[in-house]
Amino acid sequence: MSRPEEHLVRIRDLHFSRGHRKIFDGVDLDIRRGSVTAIMGPSGTGKTTLLKLIGGQLRPDAGTIEVAGEQVQRLSRSRLYELRKRMGMLFQSGALFTDLNLYDNVAFPLREHTRLPEAMVRDLVLMKLEAVGLRGARDLMPSELSGGMARRAALARAIALDPTMIMYDEPFTGQDPISMGVLVKLIRLLNDALGLTSIIVSHDVKETAAISDYIYLIAQGRIVAHGTPADLERSDSAWAQQFLNAEPDGPVPFHYPAAPFGEDLLAGRESRQGGR
Amino acid sequence: MEWLAGLGHSALSFFQRLGRGHLLFFAILQGLPGMVLRPGLVVQQVYAVGVLSLIIIVVSGLFVGMVLGLQGYNTLVDFGAEQSLGSVVALTLVRELGPVVTALLFAGRAGSALTAEIGLMKATEQLSGMEMMAVDPVRRVLAPRFLAGFLSLPVLAAIFSAVGVWGGYFVGVGLLGVDDGAYWSQMQAATDFRDDVWNGVIKSLVFGVVATWIALFEGYDAIPTSEGVSRATTRTVVHTSLAVLGLDFVLTALMFGE
Repeated sequence: MSRPEEHLVRIRDLHFSRGHRKIFDGVDLDIRRGSVTAIMGPSGTGKTTLLKLIGGQLRPDAGTIEVAGEQVQRLSRSRLYELRKRMGMLFQSGALFTDLNLYDNVAFPLREHTRLPEAMVRDLVLMKLEAVGLRGARDLMPSELSGGMARRAALARAIALDPTMIMYDEPFTGQDPISMGVLVKLIRLLNDALGLTSIIVSHDVKETAAISDYIYLIAQGRIVAHGTPADLERSDSAWAQQFLNAEPDGPVPFHYPAAPFGEDLLAGRESRQGGR
Repeated sequence: MEWLAGLGHSALSFFQRLGRGHLLFFAILQGLPGMVLRPGLVVQQVYAVGVLSLIIIVVSGLFVGMVLGLQGYNTLVDFGAEQSLGSVVALTLVRELGPVVTALLFAGRAGSALTAEIGLMKATEQLSGMEMMAVDPVRRVLAPRFLAGFLSLPVLAAIFSAVGVWGGYFVGVGLLGVDDGAYWSQMQAATDFRDDVWNGVIKSLVFGVVATWIALFEGYDAIPTSEGVSRATTRTVVHTSLAVLGLDFVLTALMFGE
């Protein structure tokens, strides 16, 4: 058993459902301080939901989520907001404010939460933009950026308040190979240089595995496999094999659940005859 | 049985929306005191909501006033009472048309824009992103817009009425030959500050709250897809118009009914 303070995030027996659909059905998960942890799984398994639960935007039906020793769902609103100042989150869309230019976007959290003089805000913003390579683009509006640049800009904004933890929601989706490579490198680099703890939600196996220290595989509301990338590659779990090797059929079936094909075809013929 | 279940379902969702709307309203009210420290945010929104609506308000006010002048003259001249045209035009505008038509135009021009803006901010995760940056979108985004709408609508209504009075003057005095002095003096004699002007201002304050509230709620509660935002925008205009017309009757009955 590891000491509790080793882990920044501890999730125990998490249950969550949307309407009648169960999203999580007893998830246990630990995220070590200073590590890059990947949460992977097929689309629609609620990976983004997990980040929203950690960030306190959603409440679990049962179970506990602890971040930095505090139970997220029990915090009062103001304590939750205090905690969120120490969390950065990178949304899939970037979620840059479309009415502000890059500079003001990155300056936004600083201006909202601190009373720093404008000269210092400027220095901080330029530092963050330099870190993601966009210092020269500071006067551009979000609509003028490519997808990869928008995500890097959002990353600069997410680290503006020097958080202890940063969560990435599908950072590689829809990126060309070059900006994908840039982002992969940047995530690892920032994690180590700033002493962050990073959580990556993704289904881009290769890119994510290359920079993760630990991987959790989620499917059907449960953790189906976990371990270091090397562990998972050697694992004989059918889930891990299907997912990491991108096999079309396996525990995750190719077909959406349906009645047998033959029955379905015959049913169609009957209804057509009935319609005459 | 199925229609009964459907009826129950729509009643439930109606009351859920009503509840969410009121919760949002109180959350916005709680955010208002903070606006004292951020006047810049409010000024920006007064420009977007109020100043940019000026053109449609001025042009509509002018034409409504001109039509009132024309129709009023045609009716009054039969009784030889065309000298009271000024009071007819002014009372109609200040009591009713000023606040009501301004609120309807406001819903179409500013309310729909507010709903679409906030709905799209939600759809593009800008509101979620703000929350994760520990900034409350209700206080940072909705409260300044609410205050701006609340402040702008009465001013716009006053401008509408003033321009309308001039429109009636152009037609009545300029084209149809009503006596210049009679137009203004009849108006002054017939219009009471407390009963007419002040009641009109109260109406437009109420409409300002309702129109802005509906617009903000529809945007904030929109389903975050392009279809959801488009439906929310339509609902803003429809619901605001109905609410304004219904409330106008209630307020008129309270103010002018015996």
